[in-house]
Amino acid sequence: MSATTESPRGTKLPSALPQRTHDGARRQYIYLAVGLVVLFFLPFVLPESSQPVLVRTLIYGIMAVGWNLMSGYGGMFSFGHAAFFGVGAYTDAVLLTNFGISPWIAMIIGAVFSAGVGVLIAYLCLRYKLAGSYFALATFAFAQMFLLLAQNLELVNRTEGINIPLLPEDSWAMLQFGQDSFNYYWIPLLLLAAAVAVTIAFVYSRPGRYTQAIRDDPVAAESLGIPIMKYRLITVALSCAITSIAGSYYTQYYLFVGPEQAFSMHVSTDAIVPAVIGGVGTIWGPLIGAAVVGPLSELVAAVVRNPPPFLEFLQGVSGLDVAIYAVLLIVIVVFLPKGIYGTIRERLRK
Amino acid sequence: MSILKLEGLSKSFGGLRALRDVTVEIPEREFFGIIGPNGAGKTTLFSVIAGQLGPTSGRVVFDGQDITGWSADKVAGAGLVRTFQLMRPFESMTVLDNVSIASHRRFRSTAKSRDHAAEVIERVGLSQYLNKMSGTLPTAGLKRLELARALALEPKILLLDEVLAGLVPTERAPIIDLLRDIHRDGVTVMFVEHIMAAVMALSERLLVMHEGAELTLGVPEDVVQDPRVVEAYLGEDF
Ligand SMILES: Nc1ncnc2c1ncn2[C@@H]1O[C@H](COP(=O)(O)OP(=O)(O)OP(=O)(O)O)[C@@H](O)[C@H]1O
Ligand SMILES: [Mg+2]
Repeated sequence: MSATTESPRGTKLPSALPQRTHDGARRQYIYLAVGLVVLFFLPFVLPESSQPVLVRTLIYGIMAVGWNLMSGYGGMFSFGHAAFFGVGAYTDAVLLTNFGISPWIAMIIGAVFSAGVGVLIAYLCLRYKLAGSYFALATFAFAQMFLLLAQNLELVNRTEGINIPLLPEDSWAMLQFGQDSFNYYWIPLLLLAAAVAVTIAFVYSRPGRYTQAIRDDPVAAESLGIPIMKYRLITVALSCAITSIAGSYYTQYYLFVGPEQAFSMHVSTDAIVPAVIGGVGTIWGPLIGAAVVGPLSELVAAVVRNPPPFLEFLQGVSGLDVAIYAVLLIVIVVFLPKGIYGTIRERLRK
Repeated sequence: MSILKLEGLSKSFGGLRALRDVTVEIPEREFFGIIGPNGAGKTTLFSVIAGQLGPTSGRVVFDGQDITGWSADKVAGAGLVRTFQLMRPFESMTVLDNVSIASHRRFRSTAKSRDHAAEVIERVGLSQYLNKMSGTLPTAGLKRLELARALALEPKILLLDEVLAGLVPTERAPIIDLLRDIHRDGVTVMFVEHIMAAVMALSERLLVMHEGAELTLGVPEDVVQDPRVVEAYLGEDF
């Protein structure tokens, strides 16, 4: 192509050309670093008994950050992220118990495996032009298939699930420590920070910007020379890999995984709810959502276990958490349609 | 040498024959106008050429290559770029980012793609909106944004679908000048437009479409004298 459209005027740039992208990414990394430092010291100021809530919150955070890449930035609403969480959880358990493979390596293998599964599922859905609720339903169906598979596969001990053997001593390689070790908190914290760093890098990169263009208008994006399937699948792969890592850590922390913990529908909603509450398609929304949902789910569990006198009828009720999420989601969708963070950011910009 | 050859292009939507056996050859660097009443198939023709739709039959040959059935991204990558009559901005992005998505094809780095995008935006006269969200642009702005994104790809041939519609006359003049510039720089242009003054001023040849088929093709001055064209499209007042 010749120097066709270079205009003589074109060489003179408007003086105030903003460089917001780079500054933008750098600023996000700084927020992340500051947040990481603050959260690092959290266990020192909170009572020991709060560690399980913190860990659960971090796991929600990783799941939601992963889900948000595909569904928030990519516009492909997944209602089946349990599939990728579960593949990560089971890969860890199977590789460790059968072959003695370190959870760190299993985590990576699981992530690659999940990415492959996700790409395959997404490719099939997109190939047959499923979009919106049809796409969501298809992903849900795939996750249910994994649930059935796990319940019936001898390799993964069917409905009984897999226990991770307890080691006699601390081991970094095997990711086991004394019961209240802060390491159980710091490790998922670092994993979450890495997931957020990946999100920032992606969102401000060329592939990430293409992905957002495709979300906004696939027809226009394609007509500008963007191979939309390729970039959608890249996004899906990243999303599934991150959610898988949450699953692998889950197995290590609870030293157990079964079909329900890995693949049931509520696992998919656990990835969705924090992102929706905090703000879909934003970097910080899923984290803020997780910070709400994590403690809340613990509170609900505590109330059901041991209700105060005036709530005695709740004793042992199951599904209360789901009901509360539902109410919370309705309130958010009505009053803060872009989520807590998304709505605040929008107000600040005006 | 012709840069684009359409050989017997047809497109049906169910029973509706939106394109019927369109055969045209467009030489390099031509400014090729297309007019015709609403529903004549002009937009469909663009979609079939640029790969948004597959033809029911016929061939599209671009730059010596048969591109029939190519995906739209591949066609755009080869240098054939179209704009949309119904504008399609990336609404979550600023005007600058909308255009830099297109500039990214040549410039991997975000900063460089934005520099290039800013130049193109200045060319189409949208600089004042540089950092506005694209969804907030008025129609005239969105039309220019369509044009800017297409230009940012530095096409060999540009398919413009009613880029002047919705613009008041004072807004049209600079765009018409710009189109003239682009054409002078060596870009082949296919130009669908209802505004006859612009069509007459710019087109070297003019195709009139009617019910999916070619009604006539020739130099604009002859074409508008054709009684069939007057009857089917222009009306007696023209
Ligand atoms: N995707 C589609 N599905 C079914 N019918 C379609 C589709 N796109 C266009 N048509 C029909 O094909 C015919 C040609 O439409 P087209 O948009 O190409 O006309 P046009 O010449 O661009 O008209 P206008 O001047 O109004 O833009 C019309 O009858 C239209 O209703
Ligand atoms: Mg049209």
